Formats: sequence, C-alpha cells, structure tokens
Amino acid sequence: MSARDDIFANIRRSLGVNGTEKIRHQIVADRLERSPKGVIPKRGQVSGEERIALFKTMVETSLATVTEVSSAAEVPQSIALFLRNHNLPATLRMGDDPRLNAMPWSDTALEIAHGPSEGRDLNAVSHAFGGIAESGTLAMVSSADNPSTLNFLPDNHIIVVSAKDIAGDYESVWNRVRFAYGKGSMPRTVNWITGPSRSGDIEQTLLLGAHGPRRLHVVVVRD
Amino acid sequence: MTVHSTSPQFKQNAARALNDHQLQKALGNVKQGFIDKRQMAADKLPEFEALRDAARDIKNHTLEHLDLYLESYEEKVKASGGHVHFARDAAEAREIILGICRETNAKTVTKGKSMISEEIGINHHLEANGITPVETDLGEYIIQLRNELPSHIIAPAVHLNATQVEEDFRRVHTHLDAKRDLSEPVQLLTEARAVLRERFLAADVGVTGANFLVAETGTSIIVTNEGNGDLTQILPKTHIVLASIEKLVPTLEDVSQLLRVLARSATGQEMSVYTTFSTGPRRSTDADGPENYHVVLIDNGRSSMLGTAFEEMLRCIRCGACMNHCPVYHAVGGHAYGWVYPGPMGAVLTPSLIGVDKAGHLPNASTFCGRCESVCPVRIPLPKLMRHWREREFERHLTPATVRSGLQLWGFFAKRPGLYRFATRAAMGALSFAGRQRGRFTWLPMAKGWTKYRDFPAPQGETFQQRWKRERSGRAA
Repeated sequence: MSARDDIFANIRRSLGVNGTEKIRHQIVADRLERSPKGVIPKRGQVSGEERIALFKTMVETSLATVTEVSSAAEVPQSIALFLRNHNLPATLRMGDDPRLNAMPWSDTALEIAHGPSEGRDLNAVSHAFGGIAESGTLAMVSSADNPSTLNFLPDNHIIVVSAKDIAGDYESVWNRVRFAYGKGSMPRTVNWITGPSRSGDIEQTLLLGAHGPRRLHVVVVRD
Repeated sequence: MTVHSTSPQFKQNAARALNDHQLQKALGNVKQGFIDKRQMAADKLPEFEALRDAARDIKNHTLEHLDLYLESYEEKVKASGGHVHFARDAAEAREIILGICRETNAKTVTKGKSMISEEIGINHHLEANGITPVETDLGEYIIQLRNELPSHIIAPAVHLNATQVEEDFRRVHTHLDAKRDLSEPVQLLTEARAVLRERFLAADVGVTGANFLVAETGTSIIVTNEGNGDLTQILPKTHIVLASIEKLVPTLEDVSQLLRVLARSATGQEMSVYTTFSTGPRRSTDADGPENYHVVLIDNGRSSMLGTAFEEMLRCIRCGACMNHCPVYHAVGGHAYGWVYPGPMGAVLTPSLIGVDKAGHLPNASTFCGRCESVCPVRIPLPKLMRHWREREFERHLTPATVRSGLQLWGFFAKRPGLYRFATRAAMGALSFAGRQRGRFTWLPMAKGWTKYRDFPAPQGETFQQRWKRERSGRAA
C-alpha cells in the first residue's frame, strides 16, 4: 500500500467512515462552493472617507508610514520627496505594472530600474492589488508587473494603492481575487503585508528590518 | 521515532532549569511581553471571542471531513503545477525531502521556521547526506548555531540573552572583524541580516512549513514577521512545503477567520507582518518565484489521534499562547519538556507522538490552573486532555510506585467518609497545635520536597468540611 493510501485508510478508519458517503461529499462540496463568511469584525465595515481614514490609521499602527496624493500623476514626486526626506539615494526599482509605467517618472531625478530584484536594491515600488482597512494590510499579487522579490529584498519598500481598491475586510479582497482569477484559482503568490519586517527574537525586543524591508511607505492614490 | 527526546528526564531537566540563572533571566521576558500584548489585542477586537468559537468550529469541521478536504487540496495543487508527496512518518518525510534536494543537485537549503521540520529532524539528515541546511528565522538561526532545539514554538531562542547570542556570533562569524561592536541587539540583527542575505541568494532549495493549507485552492500559507520565509521560498529554484495533515482548512474565508485569532493570540499583533499564500510554481506571467513547488504531507501519528479524546489537539494552530500563560513553562522554560513541543500543548501532543511511556511526566507538569485553555484561540481543553493522559498513565501502571501507593492510601480514606473526616480532623488539629507558635512549618515529615522550597502554613485547626458545614448552616440561618 502506498503511503498516500495508507494515510487515507488510517484517517477513514479513525473517523469511522469509508470515504464514499454521499452526505459527507455533499457537505464538503457545498462548503467549497459557497465559501461561507464567518465573523466579520464591525471595525472594517465602514465606507468612503471613514474607510480610508481607518486604513491609514492601521497602516501607521503597523509602524509603516502613509501619505496621500490626489492623482496618479503625483506619485513620482511624492516618492522622490519621501526618499529625499530620509536621505536615501534617488534610485527605484519596479516591475512592469501599467499603472506605474503610466506615471511621469521623468518629472523626477529618480533613476529607475525595471524587473525583479537580485538582492542589491535599496528602494523599490510596487502597486498593490488592494488594501484592507481592518488591519492596515496591503494585498499584493505576484506577476511580472509586481515581482514578489520587490516586496522583500529592498531596504525600503514603497507600495502604491488606489483608494478605490481599499476594502474593509479580507473577505472583500478574496471576492476580487476570485473575480480576477476564477473561483478556486489563485495567482502564484498573494502577499499580505502589514508593516515593515521585524523580529523580537532577541530578548523579545522589537527590532525593525529583520530580513525584509526596514521601511514600508504606502502611497494612497485618490482617483 | 524522530528527534531524540529527553522527556523521560523531565524532573532532572526541570531541576537544572530552575538553577540556570541565564535561563531564569531570559524567561522573565516571556512573562512580561506576551501576556499583556495578547490581552490588549483581544480587548481591541469586540468580536475576538466569537472568532475563537468560529476558529474552533472550522477546525472541527475540517477534521471530521479531513479525507475529503485532503483529496480536494491534492487535486488543486496538482492542477496548479505542484507536486504532492505523502509521508507516513518522519523517516519517509526525510527521504522524500532528500530525494527532491538530490534531484536538483542542491548544496545548500534555506529554511523558514517550521515545527514539523524539527519534529522529523530534517536538518541532521540533510547534513549527514552532504547538504547544508540554513535556518533563516533569526531565533532558529541562533539555536542552529548552538545545536539546540527551539524552546518555544514561536520564539525559538526565548531562553537566551543577548550576550549569549553575541558569543555565538563571534564564535561562528569568524570572517568578520573581531573588534566589531555587538553590544546592542540591533547590531546582532544587522549582522544576521547581512550573513543570511548571502545564504538566501545562494540557496538551491527553500524549505518552509505551513501555518495552513487551503483545500479550495491548493494554497499553502506561511505567517512571519521577518520575511525570512518569503525569501526562503521565492529565491531558490525549488520550494518544498512541509505540513502535517491537520493544517488543512476548507476555504480562503475559513483561513481568514483563523488568521484573525492567530497573531493576536501569539504576539498581540493585529496581523503578522507577512502572510503569504502560495499556489504552485512560477507561472508564465511571473518574473520571479520558484520553478518547482513540492508539498510533503506528513502524518507521523496524527491520523491515529482522530476519533479519540485527543482529536481536539489537532485543532492547534501553534500560536504559543498556552505556554506564554503557563506558570510551569515560566518556571522551567521549553527545553525541560525534552522534545519539540513544550508547554501545555506539548504536554498533550508529545505523549501522542512519542508515547506516554516516554512523555508521561509532561501531562503531570501542570497545576491545572486553566490559563492555557482560557487563552487558546481554538479552545482546546488542555487541562482535560492532560488529565486523560494521567489516567492512561495510571491505567498502564506507568505511574511511580510511591505515587500509586499514595493515591491508594488517599483512596482508602476517601471511600470511607466517617474515617476521612475523623483522620483529617485529627491531622489538622495536630498540625495546628504543633505550628501554633510560628504559624508555619519549615520542615514536615514526608513533605521534604515541598518544604525545601517554601514554608507550609500551619492549619487553623478546622478542616475544610467543618468550615463548609459551619458557613452553610450560618447562611441558612
């Protein structure tokens, strides 16, 4: 008997089932099909300005910084200012996201590089799939547009998120993922990011910048 | 079985731990940090208790249908281009992992934090076969340098102080300037970051655990604060996920419920920094990520726990809240438990996995104060399960002879209420008389082990039953 068959046989013996019970199959198929929501905290169940305000507060609670611009065209200047204010070099790596590509980077003195990171970049920018106000979390999906390495290798990570993509709760983001990728399918990687990298492994002291970015900066675009 | 256990020597381990000043200093951090932070996070979310109920129900539902959700999960992983392997036990799991590493001619393997990888002892096996495993979670990295097991399931190096870490770094990082300043924890972190960054970039295979597996989508999930698990899995050509079979949940909605209680219970965060959902290998639309994606599903004793009293233990999501709140853990730390899983969850799980004959001391290492159960995010009745183990230990005559005869003696009196009342009255009266001057005893016959560490207060002369009777009649009047 293969390990697989053995394990299934043992599970079924322990549960007192044989795996062919129609009712059990029905229950499982139904749950996978309907994916019922559980308890959704009231905190995130706000809309409009209130939701964006909550998102920004929670982003700051996670020790990231956040700023707001009134249009996508203002993003490059805003990021250049952020880097200057922190005495960081005017370099920036990004993927091929059409929303980022359409921004007027040549208005700034930023030296732009494209493609995934090989681990030597100081600064990178990614565009979020969405934001979650409940906890100040950014939802990133992997693709050449926004390579996963940009989320982790640079010292300073900047995430651009459209105000209209900020949801109240995680479940709303899953609905959008299903709409974009199909029910039961996922992009290779979805990263939820809540604040900059940190560790408490030495004497339970919170230190930022463990292996991932030391700084996380979020730019909310009103449009 | 798996990694070596010193659980049979729990009493000696505990005695040593109580006299270890470095350890006692480090354990002070556990008491201060975790408890308040968890409470604050719970207080900030009015739905927290309802979410704990939901978390419990999701895990129960999944366990009842585990065979079917596993089938669905397996199908989805394959559909996304990944490979699923099944391992009955630790040895099978080790061979599967070694086989994948050999296929890719791997020389170094980076590792995200994974308790199941500790359970199956993979590091030693890889080393024995010429492959270098590199732990990348800061705490795991430190204990790997020291050749130790984690002493806590989410804070593996919680038993150490910064000066000890500094000594280890100086001993191992000999390529760096011997005169460098490492007096601040942040300097230690920066050094580890730089050393491990090179390891990440050079690794051939990345091994992570999984906090959850999603049947709906074939997704594995890791939760970290450092980002090490992500660098482990996106940089090398091959990503291997190690997961025990009870990590399954049905849907993305279900896992979102569990994630709402996990970080709050563990570190008191609203959400951990990085929650990563991985489904299969790199796609044609991706510019980075692993080309090969393997999942090793490990049973190692779980399937036999289903349908027993210990099935409830399979709900555990490894948050560590039980040990953070345990007075015994606070006193002796994690290593005294002698195997991979310490604290109350370890006291229940370890006898299931390595046998009550070896780990029988662990369920006895509890005052049954109930704090662990009161904070468990999936409401595992840990004291009840420890009591089950004590009963089994007694039934199987594994309990020491002195304890057995003591219990028999007590049983003799307890079954004869008149005699019991008489004997306790006589004993309390005698003790009250003998201790009337000092009000306490520094020494008592047959209780040396107790009075060695603290005084025994002298009874007031009345037994509990007498007082109960008196107060009841007083209230009735």
